[in-house]
Amino acid sequence: MDTGGASALISFENVGLRYGTGPEVLSDLTFEIEPRSFQFLTGPSGAGKTSLLKLLFLSLTPTRGLIHFFGQDSATMQPADLPKFRRRVGVVFQDFRLLDHMTTYENVALPLRVTGRDEASYRSDVIELLQWVGLGDRIHALPPVLSGGEKQRAAIARAVIGHPEVLLADEPTGNVDPPLARRLLRLFVELNRLGTSVVIATHDIGLMNQFDARRLVLDEGRLHIYG
Amino acid sequence: MGESVADALRDRVAPLAERLADFVPRRARGAAAADGMPAASGSAIVPEQTVAGQALIIVVGIMSFPACITIGAVTLVADAARDWQADIARELTIQVRPIENADVRAEAQKAATIASGAPGVRSARVLSDQENAKLLEPWLGAGADIGELPLPRLVVVEIDDPKGVDVDALAERLKSEVRGASLDDHRAWTNRLNTMAGVTVAIGAVVLGMVFLATALCVVFATRGAMAGNRDTVSVLHLVGAEDRFIVGEFQRHFLLLGLRGGLIGAGAAAVLFLLMSLIGSQTFNTAEAEQVSMLFGSFAIGPTGYFGALGVAFLIAIVTAVTSRITVFRYLERVE
Repeated sequence: MDTGGASALISFENVGLRYGTGPEVLSDLTFEIEPRSFQFLTGPSGAGKTSLLKLLFLSLTPTRGLIHFFGQDSATMQPADLPKFRRRVGVVFQDFRLLDHMTTYENVALPLRVTGRDEASYRSDVIELLQWVGLGDRIHALPPVLSGGEKQRAAIARAVIGHPEVLLADEPTGNVDPPLARRLLRLFVELNRLGTSVVIATHDIGLMNQFDARRLVLDEGRLHIYG
Repeated sequence: MGESVADALRDRVAPLAERLADFVPRRARGAAAADGMPAASGSAIVPEQTVAGQALIIVVGIMSFPACITIGAVTLVADAARDWQADIARELTIQVRPIENADVRAEAQKAATIASGAPGVRSARVLSDQENAKLLEPWLGAGADIGELPLPRLVVVEIDDPKGVDVDALAERLKSEVRGASLDDHRAWTNRLNTMAGVTVAIGAVVLGMVFLATALCVVFATRGAMAGNRDTVSVLHLVGAEDRFIVGEFQRHFLLLGLRGGLIGAGAAAVLFLLMSLIGSQTFNTAEAEQVSMLFGSFAIGPTGYFGALGVAFLIAIVTAVTSRITVFRYLERVE
C-alpha cells in the first residue's frame, strides 16, 4: 500500500478521531481513494460515516494518523491552502445544504463564482448541467420550493460543476423514492466512468446491491474493506 | 417527487456519457450563453433581508442620529462663537465716567476725536441720549428721563483692521488726555468665548467618540448575530472552496451597505431636525426668549458644515461597521478553521 499517497488521490494511514476528550469514534483507518474508483461507505447509524466524510473533505482534523490529499500531508497544510484542495473534491450533503436565498442556478454556480470567474464564462455550462439533471425549468426557483428530489439533483449538480476529482455523497438517495434512487446511482456511475472517483455513504443495502463496487464498512469506528 | 420528473431524469441519464463528454469540452472553450436561456441574476451571497440585518440598520440609524446632532450642535456653537468674536474684535468701547467739575459730554466728544485719529480706526461716535436710554430700558423702563442721572457716556469705536490698532497706546492716551475715560477692548469677553467654544467642541468630541465607541460595540454584537445566522452560508462557502478573503469581502460589502443605510437614515433624520430648528428659529422672534436665543445663535440655522458633518458621520459609521464586520468575520473564520 502506498501510504505516502503518491498515486492515490486520498490516503488514510492509521487515522483516529475523537471529539474532545471522548472515546475514539474512528480508529486505525487505513485505506485509499484511487483515481477513477467507486466505493460505497456503509455501516450502521452512528458508526462514524459522516465523521469519515468530514475527514475526507478536510472539515475535521484527525486526532492521530496521516492523511494525504492529492499527495500532500494534511498536517502540513496551511489554512490558506484548503480552498484549492476543496475545489478538487465535490460534496453532496445529506441535507443538501443549498442556500435558501439563492436560486437553483446560483447555488449550482457557487463553486465557480467563489473562484472569481466572470459569470459569462460559466453561465451556459451551469444551465446545461441543470438541464442535464432535469432542472432546466427550475433555474430561477429557490430551494424552499423545490421537492426533495429536485434539491438532491441541485446538490449533485453543485458538487460536479467544478469537475472535481473526487465526489463524496452522504446518503444521496435518502430523500428519494427507490426508482429515483436507482437513477441517481446511475448518474454517479456515469460520472465515475467519466473519470471522477466516487464515495457514496449509505446504509441502503438495496442500493449497494445494484452496483458492484468496493465497500468500506464502518463498524464501531473500525473500517473493513470488501471488494 | 413526481413520476414525470423522475421520468424526465431517466430520459436524461440514459445518454449521460455522451452529453457529459460534450459538456467537458464546452466548458474548456468557455461556451457562449445558450440561445434562449434565461439570463441569470447574481444575488448577494450574504442574505440581505434578514432580521439581524434589519436590526443592525435600525441600531446604526439610532446611534448615528445623536452623533449627527452632536456635530450640528458643535458647529452651531462654534459658528456663533466665531461670529461673536469677529463682531467684538471689530469694536472698542470708551467709557467716560462723570467726574466732578468736568463736562462729561465734552470729555466724551474729546475721546471720540482722539479715537477717530488713531490708526486702524474707521469711526468713533458718542452714543446719543436716546441710545443710552435704549440700553438702560431693561432696568429703568421705557421713557425714563436719564438726563439728570450721573451716567457714564459711551463712545463706540469701529475698527477697520483689528491688527492695525494699538489698543494699549490708545488706552494710555485716553487715560492721560480725557478725564474719567477708560478703554474696553472686550478682551475678557473674547477670552471667555474662546474658552466656552473650546469646551463645547471638546465636549462634542467626547460625546462623538462615545457614540462611535457604542456604535462599534453594537456593530460587533450585531455582526456576530448576523454571522451566527449565516453560519450555514459560511460553511457552504468553505466547502465549495471559497477563500477567506472572498468570504470576508462578501460580508464586508454587505455590512458596509447596511451601515451606510443606517447612517444615512440617522443623518437624514438629523438634517430634518436641523431644518425644522431653522424654520422655527426664524419664525418666533416676537418673544423675549426667542430674541435672546437669536442674539446668541443668529437664526439658529445649522450651516453647511453641520450638514456635511452629518453626512461625514454617516459615512464614517458605515466604515466603522464594515471594518468591525471584517475583523469579526476574520476572527470567526480563524475559529472555524
